Amino acid sequence: MKHKTPLLDQLESGPWPSFVSDIKREAESRTKNAKGVDYQIPVDVCDDILGVLELTYVHKRTHWKHGGIVGVFGYGGGVIGRYCDQPEMFPGVAHFHTMRVNQPGGKYYSTEYLEKICDLWERRGSGITNMHGSTGDIILLGTHTPQLEEIFYELTHDIGQDLGGSGSNLRTPSDCLGKSRCEYACYDTQALCFDLTNEYQDYLHRPAFPYKFKFKFDGCPNCCVASIARADMSFIGTWKDDIRIDQKAVAAYVGGEIKPNAGAHSGRDWGAFDIQKEVIGLCPTGCMAWDGKKLTIDNPECTRCMHCINVMPRALKIGKETGISILVGAKAPILDGAQMGSLLIPFISAEPPYTEIKELIEKIWDYWMEEGKNRERLGELIKRKGFQKLLEATELEPVAQMVKEPRTNPYIFWKEDEVEGGFTRDIQEYRKYHLR
Amino acid sequence: METAEAQKVIIEGLEKKKGKSKFYLKDFYAMLPDWKPREVNKLVNNMVQQEMLEYWSSGSTTLYGIKGAGKQGAAEEGEE
Repeated sequence: MKHKTPLLDQLESGPWPSFVSDIKREAESRTKNAKGVDYQIPVDVCDDILGVLELTYVHKRTHWKHGGIVGVFGYGGGVIGRYCDQPEMFPGVAHFHTMRVNQPGGKYYSTEYLEKICDLWERRGSGITNMHGSTGDIILLGTHTPQLEEIFYELTHDIGQDLGGSGSNLRTPSDCLGKSRCEYACYDTQALCFDLTNEYQDYLHRPAFPYKFKFKFDGCPNCCVASIARADMSFIGTWKDDIRIDQKAVAAYVGGEIKPNAGAHSGRDWGAFDIQKEVIGLCPTGCMAWDGKKLTIDNPECTRCMHCINVMPRALKIGKETGISILVGAKAPILDGAQMGSLLIPFISAEPPYTEIKELIEKIWDYWMEEGKNRERLGELIKRKGFQKLLEATELEPVAQMVKEPRTNPYIFWKEDEVEGGFTRDIQEYRKYHLR
Repeated sequence: METAEAQKVIIEGLEKKKGKSKFYLKDFYAMLPDWKPREVNKLVNNMVQQEMLEYWSSGSTTLYGIKGAGKQGAAEEGEE
């Protein structure tokens, strides 16, 4: 290796897969160049990334500069400029810009597609990727400024692939695989994700907001893309009617003929399946009962936790009247701590062309663009101004499902025009009953 | 206010600001109080296309500056 890396080498010693080993392997492969790749950035980029990281550990301070101006013409996102502050010692990473690639819906791609992406990144970048970033994009880590337009051209013209969002843009929308494989999916996540990605191209590629904004699409409340914890707007599949019960299949689970959780916990002997302990007793609202022969569910009390359906998927199915719940304001803990999404729309139909959903999105954006402070996420704005202000901005009536904690949040603030007779009272009439 | 006039207001507004070379989108709203946020956003993004302004991004947020002014490339703020 080009640089000695004793501190990094320790990271290879544990039982876990090591990114250090991965980068060393790529460094070795670049040095050998057995495939005769026409490298467009320094061959030793991977050696130098290890070198600068080792130096960072020695100095206990970063050797990366903050941000940059770089991008591709016409776009204001998708490229994140990174420069090393020891370019003479580590010329391979003097520039180490990141490119975010808008991942295909449901993260479905062919081997041919992956080979093309990897070949491109080996030739014009470091060969190091992150599959996938927290937002869901394919992250291509480390290239030099003169390569950016070249990479963008090849991505768009040869691979039919667009960049994703970064900075104060709409971030790359992210979805679960939805109806393509999952029987729990209550709506077509990929169709909605694709539609909104196309509808809001301008917002995805050019900054428009006080800060980042994320859409995420989960087909059911299992929330496989964790939209409820991460997205400024979460679209979570739900149903209005009753959970469908196949009593024969319930009996088969109880009798041990069908393995619970589709056999997912079969690596260890957990004993015989106990429906009372493992399903009925774990229902968060206590809305289920088992009398030894028949399973019953008090459906209006169900909060769609999905536990019973996950444990007994052949016996219990989501309802037939399906749609979406929309939650707003989730975020990671950079400021003010992490925040989960708050329910804004308990149920909305998810049929193209999604006009109602788009109208709602644009009302929320107008409000946030007008009222949001610099670098303030939607969730922080809602917290600062109150949920009621968001309801006014979105022209929605308050409903019981929006109240998270009825006993600790009991106040309703009425406006004068909402109260019959207004706020002014007849003082003479009042004094008839109340002395001064 | 016409587009050309608004662009002039923005450039002059930025040139007046001392000590800072990169600005949030919201700073431009204040320069054009009669414009809606979306109109201001379109205007400044067009000014980037016309190479009057340029983006600067930390990766998580995006700022705008006059093209060529302030921190450039691998420089630190305050360096030429």
